[in-house]
Amino acid sequence: MSRAGRIARRGFLVGSVAIAGGVAFGAWRYTRPLPDPFAKGLSPGTDALNPYVLIDASGITLIAPRADKGQGARWIQAALIAEELDIDPAGARIEPGPVSKTYYNTALLQENLPIDPTDTGWLAQTLRAGSDVPARLLGLQITGGSSSVPDGFEKLRSAGAVARETLKQAAAMREGLSRADLRTGDGNVILPDGQRIPYTELAAEAASIVPVQDVVLRAPSQWRILGKPVQRADIVAKSTGTQRYGIDLAFDGMLYASVRAAPAGSSVAKVEAAAAKGMRGVHSIVPIRDGIAVVADNTWRAMQALQAITIDWAFPDLPGDQQAVWDGLTAALDTAQIDSRPREIGDVENALAAGAVIEAEYRVPFLAHAPLEPMNATVRITDSQCEIWTGTQIPDFVVAKVAALTGLGEDSIQVHNQMIGGSFGRRLELDFILQAVQIAQSVPGRPVKMIWSREEDFAHDQPRPAQIARGRGRVANGQIVALDLAIATPSVTASWFGRVWRALPGPDATITAGAGDQPLAIPNYRVTGHRADEVFPVSSWRSVGASGNGFLHGCFLDELFAAADLDPLQGMIDLCSHDVSRRVLNELREISGWTGRAAGQGRGRGVAFCLSFGVPCAQVVDVADTAKGMRITRAFAVADIGTVLDPVNAQAQLSGGMLFGLGHAMNCELTYRDHVPEQTNFHEYQAMRLHQAPEITVRLLENGPLRGLGEPGVPPAAPALANAIFAATGQRIRELPLSRKVRFV
Amino acid sequence: MELTVNRQRHQIDAEAGMPLLWVLRDILGLTGTKYGCGIAQCGACTVHIDGVAVRSCQIALADVGGEVTTIEGLGTPDAPHPVQQAWIDHQVAQCGYCQSGQIMSAAAMLALQGEPDDAQIDRIMSANLCRCATYPRIRAAIHDAARRLATG
Repeated sequence: MSRAGRIARRGFLVGSVAIAGGVAFGAWRYTRPLPDPFAKGLSPGTDALNPYVLIDASGITLIAPRADKGQGARWIQAALIAEELDIDPAGARIEPGPVSKTYYNTALLQENLPIDPTDTGWLAQTLRAGSDVPARLLGLQITGGSSSVPDGFEKLRSAGAVARETLKQAAAMREGLSRADLRTGDGNVILPDGQRIPYTELAAEAASIVPVQDVVLRAPSQWRILGKPVQRADIVAKSTGTQRYGIDLAFDGMLYASVRAAPAGSSVAKVEAAAAKGMRGVHSIVPIRDGIAVVADNTWRAMQALQAITIDWAFPDLPGDQQAVWDGLTAALDTAQIDSRPREIGDVENALAAGAVIEAEYRVPFLAHAPLEPMNATVRITDSQCEIWTGTQIPDFVVAKVAALTGLGEDSIQVHNQMIGGSFGRRLELDFILQAVQIAQSVPGRPVKMIWSREEDFAHDQPRPAQIARGRGRVANGQIVALDLAIATPSVTASWFGRVWRALPGPDATITAGAGDQPLAIPNYRVTGHRADEVFPVSSWRSVGASGNGFLHGCFLDELFAAADLDPLQGMIDLCSHDVSRRVLNELREISGWTGRAAGQGRGRGVAFCLSFGVPCAQVVDVADTAKGMRITRAFAVADIGTVLDPVNAQAQLSGGMLFGLGHAMNCELTYRDHVPEQTNFHEYQAMRLHQAPEITVRLLENGPLRGLGEPGVPPAAPALANAIFAATGQRIRELPLSRKVRFV
Repeated sequence: MELTVNRQRHQIDAEAGMPLLWVLRDILGLTGTKYGCGIAQCGACTVHIDGVAVRSCQIALADVGGEVTTIEGLGTPDAPHPVQQAWIDHQVAQCGYCQSGQIMSAAAMLALQGEPDDAQIDRIMSANLCRCATYPRIRAAIHDAARRLATG
């Protein structure tokens, strides 16, 4: 496929509308396979144009609707537009844009769900294909699934190109010249004599003409910004304390609040708040659904007063301990009922019956998202309007849920999306926002900033689910003959959809993602997903299903390679049925200098591969068993994302994803007791810290389709580490965190 | 109570026990210093008192016995401190939420230590948690900043 294809062939078109004193360019209902909308003409205000470029006399604004939680989404969206628009994105305003029915495709969601079985429309197909959470969400203006770059790649560049050519056309008409004679540069149309006309001067004229649709996107060889090592626009602010996050907002007359809510499934039985009422700065004590809030004149006073309130919870008559989770997962594995079987090659049962079977059971724990910016939202509500300032990956769900909660119309609800201090999936939830709205309802007209304590965050995460998997395999004549993996876990997709919208029918591919979709030509190969009942609500955690399945699958595969006396990296290369993935594995062998697992006395090397979110990623981890404990000495990662648009940030995402995976594999678990997690703060959930972080070498390849890289660096890390520990010590560790069995430096 | 922050004096009307963190953020509006855990485990609230790195979530207002410097006082976007400049040049930040604290810890260490080795960096900087795991660039930026400060 030509990367510089003409946009007319694409499933969207780009138009323009007049705005006060200027023009807005954007994509026309890009997610919908529509006939040419321009046959009917564009009429502002009635048609759904998603603007990406706003130009008026005051300057150029680029709209980057995908939320930025540290993955650099805001910048890359601006860079994609700016590349074709011929401006310096660092000189433009970059804003998340408003949420509205015309801006986001809320209508698409409402019109198409739940799916009729005979519906063969695009969304129905996507949902039914149900390959994974990201595929389900792509059309819903959600940030997730490493989708921002592939989703925006053509759409945003096209918006920039149409804007550029339309501005040129406006200049051509003004000057009596041909558009072909004009050039653009740094926010100007350049006339043949070198005279420069700023875009801002041409905006009003550009709004009055039919936008130029006949544009050809530039080939990568012509790029000035994309593919080049550039400084992200937020770097200076984030290095000088001047980046404003949602938690930093302040308004005149603003009140502060904090919350204690009941454990999941529980409610408030009794509240004793007398001691808190008279505390300094306390404005009010506000009952909210299944919880209590304190409104005060600063955050600390609100948190202090909350601690002075005694709350008795009414727990559900259901199991609330970790053991109930393990029991439920075991029961799910023991039933014949399956959720999905995405991989079934050969005849596994016969192949296993022919000889000695290698069996293993693996476990992974619940994991908290725990981004460093605690959950927060600032809300001001009146009889007719609700304004929300928060960081969210799902602004249209926010609007729908807040409308239902308040009775306000969706048009009366405004979400001002903020820069986010980490998410890892946590900002796909609405709980904290709905609490803040309820608190604000108690003080109409006044803005209230609600901040969770870290303890509240740990107590109320919807974590990555725990899993149990059973592997069976057989090797013969130095080959893997059969691999059978059965995985039990609750469905994050069902859990999440049930909270933010409504439950969806059908199997959940995230139960097997990262295991049932791997490009390996094992002659008898079967992966089965068993859906366990949800004991505690669960959610998407960076790399979703692949975060746990990468470990289960990558470690069991390593066991089989060892049993067959095969080198694991060569073994994967030999089994690999996907050319792009094989090149990743070959590159990894190259950069890691791989010659095998052995690395001398007390040392070992582990390797793992996982294809997730369309990105093949392979990693090597080196460990040394030292007197002070196990140390990760080096790590190597290779991934193929098709086209590297922002090399500095892409390397950071791959390195960060790998370290995120390693840190949680070493140190982290969330365990439940009496309906709440036992871990309450970072002293009991260490993740990765600097002294445990090895030197990392990363390499990005460009052989496959264009993909995003926020998540795919995570899944291979845990199995590569566990396999390295096996290589160093001979010990197979089949449960996470590894710190249960190994002391790390 | 009197408090000097970034060379400016303030009269603060607040409880003696209010942590410096919340005085800075909610009373003085200096939001570059971040709340992350409240129990000195994440380091996002790190500031300097008389040049020494402290966790401002654990220092009560009445116990502040010196001049406070926050990330805003260390340097500015137009005139960044050498440590901030190294952070910019290495593009350390991902979400960026911990980086004020990382920079304040690194700046205090470098003021004391000159050119620290990796073991010294490990010991001091492991108190600052980065959930995005930007550690390789943090380490590189510290070495770079140390060289810049040494050559003045």
